[in-house]
Amino acid sequence: MSTAAAAHAEHEEHHHHESFIRKYVFSMDHKMISKQFLMTGIIMGILGMGMSLLFRLQLAWPDEQFSILETLLGKWGAGGKLDPNFYMGLVTIHGTIMVFYVLTAGLSGTFSNLLIPLQLGARDMASPFLNMLSYWFFFVSSVVLCISMFVETGPASAGWTVYPPLSALEKAMPGSGLGMTLWLVAIALFIISALLGGINYISTVLNMRTKGMSMNRMPLTIWAFFFTAVLGLLSFPVLLGAALFLIFDRSFGTSFYLSDIYLEGVGALENIGGSPVLYQHLFWFLGHPEVYIILMPALGITSEVISTNARKPIFGYSAMVISLMGISFLSFIVWGHHMFVTGMNPFLGSVFMILTLIIAVPSAVKVFNYLTTLWKGNLRFTPAMLFSIGLVSFFISGGLTGIYLGNAALDIQLHDSYFVVAHFHLVMGSSAIFGMFAGIYHWFPRMFGRMMNNTLGYFHFWFTFVTAYLVFFPMHFMGLAGVPRRYYQFTLMKEFDVWVDVNKLITIAAIAAGIAQLFFLWNFFYSIFRGKKAEQNPWQSNTLEWSAPVKHHHGNWPGELPTVYRGPHEYSRPDREEDFFPQHIPDESTPDPLKSGKTVPAPEQKEPETTDSVFFSAIKRVFGWS
Amino acid sequence: MADHQSEAIFEKQPVWAGGRSPFNVSYGKLMMWLLLLSDAFTFSSLLVQYGAQRFSNVENPVVTRWPEPAAIFNHFPGLHGLHLPLLFVSLMTFILIFSSVTMVLAVEAGHRKHKKDVVKFMIYTVIGGIAFLSCQAWEWSVFISEGATLHGNTFGITAVGQEEFHKLKFGDHFEWKDEWRTHGPVPFAALFFIVTGFHGFHVFTGVVANIVITIMAARGVFERRGHYEMIEKTGLYWHFVDLVWVFVFTFFYLI
Repeated sequence: MSTAAAAHAEHEEHHHHESFIRKYVFSMDHKMISKQFLMTGIIMGILGMGMSLLFRLQLAWPDEQFSILETLLGKWGAGGKLDPNFYMGLVTIHGTIMVFYVLTAGLSGTFSNLLIPLQLGARDMASPFLNMLSYWFFFVSSVVLCISMFVETGPASAGWTVYPPLSALEKAMPGSGLGMTLWLVAIALFIISALLGGINYISTVLNMRTKGMSMNRMPLTIWAFFFTAVLGLLSFPVLLGAALFLIFDRSFGTSFYLSDIYLEGVGALENIGGSPVLYQHLFWFLGHPEVYIILMPALGITSEVISTNARKPIFGYSAMVISLMGISFLSFIVWGHHMFVTGMNPFLGSVFMILTLIIAVPSAVKVFNYLTTLWKGNLRFTPAMLFSIGLVSFFISGGLTGIYLGNAALDIQLHDSYFVVAHFHLVMGSSAIFGMFAGIYHWFPRMFGRMMNNTLGYFHFWFTFVTAYLVFFPMHFMGLAGVPRRYYQFTLMKEFDVWVDVNKLITIAAIAAGIAQLFFLWNFFYSIFRGKKAEQNPWQSNTLEWSAPVKHHHGNWPGELPTVYRGPHEYSRPDREEDFFPQHIPDESTPDPLKSGKTVPAPEQKEPETTDSVFFSAIKRVFGWS
Repeated sequence: MADHQSEAIFEKQPVWAGGRSPFNVSYGKLMMWLLLLSDAFTFSSLLVQYGAQRFSNVENPVVTRWPEPAAIFNHFPGLHGLHLPLLFVSLMTFILIFSSVTMVLAVEAGHRKHKKDVVKFMIYTVIGGIAFLSCQAWEWSVFISEGATLHGNTFGITAVGQEEFHKLKFGDHFEWKDEWRTHGPVPFAALFFIVTGFHGFHVFTGVVANIVITIMAARGVFERRGHYEMIEKTGLYWHFVDLVWVFVFTFFYLI
């Protein structure tokens, strides 16, 4: 190891010569790449949220004229009214940005990059070069998507799922022209980025762990990123296959997804023999795992933040890992529940329904484990902790409606209604973004070496939490009453007049939510430069990333890598003075780290029954048996 | 460049310090396996679409019967007008599988650290890959010259044609007669072009990678590095491409 240390000293020397471009632009350091992902994600998030405000404005005041729209959007807001085609474009791009660019790349890209090497005790990712490529493919993809909003015919407008034939026929709607082509290019680039990232994350987790970091001592964040990467690796290629055929249908005259179509102004088309439902099958084979690609990193972050801030071991570490595994597996065989009303064989519908409802089991395991971890903990309400608890809340309230929607019979009434919008915005939209915020507040000191302001964090949390519920909760009732999603306005349908005020309430709450994010943005950017200097381990956390120097260090640890002696969640051990016990601190009573299991029995002096594992003593402490 | 040096320093450090390495492979080889796993899903999705299209086109078996591959791919360069079903594609398949054999020999030579053998067998592999691609180009051009398009299919075979066709023996004179042919299921040729084209693209990237590796081996890069693992990694990719061809061949030519 001395050669490595010497090599490092030599390396240190070169560190200062790194050019600006090498250090900040084409960086191969995972910490810098994670910041790049985060910044791009935040910018895309601002765009996505801005779009949602624009179309919410239309939904609340359909007949009002806002001169600002004309200034802002030009011909798409002519006369101060949002153009119907552009409304469709906004809905589509809002969905695309939020699903892929913010909550997939922005969330998993940021935190996988930051935490996988740091929490596992690796110098960097397995392949820093591929990691850099992954970011730059993502960046180019974002740019292409943004460009698509400025083309003559408008952006892709067929919804974020881009179902054919709407997306396959250039003449079907304005947005299906160049905008749709650019959308497909952007997504193809995105798939390459996700693939490069995923390969890297998996091989780093499997191959680059430090001494003593066995799989069952990995923090739950890493488990979540690992399964997320596996899901991405296996599901994105299928979208690539579907997109390939869609490109051929659009540009080369094939009819894979087209059959017997009459187009106004064009007449009957020659395409026969294709099936648009085939596209839906392939799309949702990606689309459903994608939901968990979004959600699982947030769940992993929450596990870590809740355990740290409740000063307790996470309740049921193995159960958490197994339920992540179960969710990952099940997510591949439930895609049909997005297609109950496409004329699917009812028997097949029942199969998909049963499999879908089974997902409630691992999800409930996770929820109960979060609640039992919180139970009787010494809770520290940092902003990160509040956001994590917020995630649990959204995950419960959104998850419950998932049971309704997973039911093939109820879906006949509920599909394509605001009930669906409410469901997924709560269960994967809000909860994933809350997980992301929790991660940002928690690991900000690790990323930038400074602290974020807590007071602003509290403001941000309470405003966002309340407004998110105000926005999405009423939508359940609209959906139950049959209000369909993606409609430009409802003024011609008298039966929906009762919802006018509710729509206004939702829009006002959405604007308030947008303002709440300004607290965050100010806090974030101000703290990068002016925040309080962070200490080594501000949250008294156990995991390895807090043992690395606060100052940016290429290679993460000067000298040798830390050795791991125990699992990541050993908080409040009765035999310890401090209420935490970092993974890398050796302990005389600890047996050889390479031979022992994930947990270490506490010494026998105090309670005789703690000779069993920390897991059981944790249960006993939780329920007060001793 | 500072970063090149730091790269080199990273290379020198032991990447795995945690006792026994899982799977006992380097991260590079693991990455290649993961890439292949992902690629397998891409090809699966294409073949699933093929299956779905093919079996949703069986409403009227006479009009929409899936074309008979043996009646279409029965040409051989230089032997014009003879009925030689699947002879040429068998040759192509043989070439591709043989190039996998030479790849194995290159990997084996790499284990012996025998530079000359590595380069020799890698050159054979590259030649095999290029030969396969050339064969595919010929196959495509013949198919297109016979009227294959992306948006239609004139290779449907009528009942009369079917009967006449089954009377033919290997090597007989063969020519399409108008009453034998009809319109068949539309996506037949389009699927053929997309899936074999996608596979051909994989072969092409494999050939490029193999050429790069051959040059690196010839210039002694791996000798200095002390191991020939790169050969193994590209070898994995090459074998995968080969394996995929077996499926593509089965679906498009045999059934």
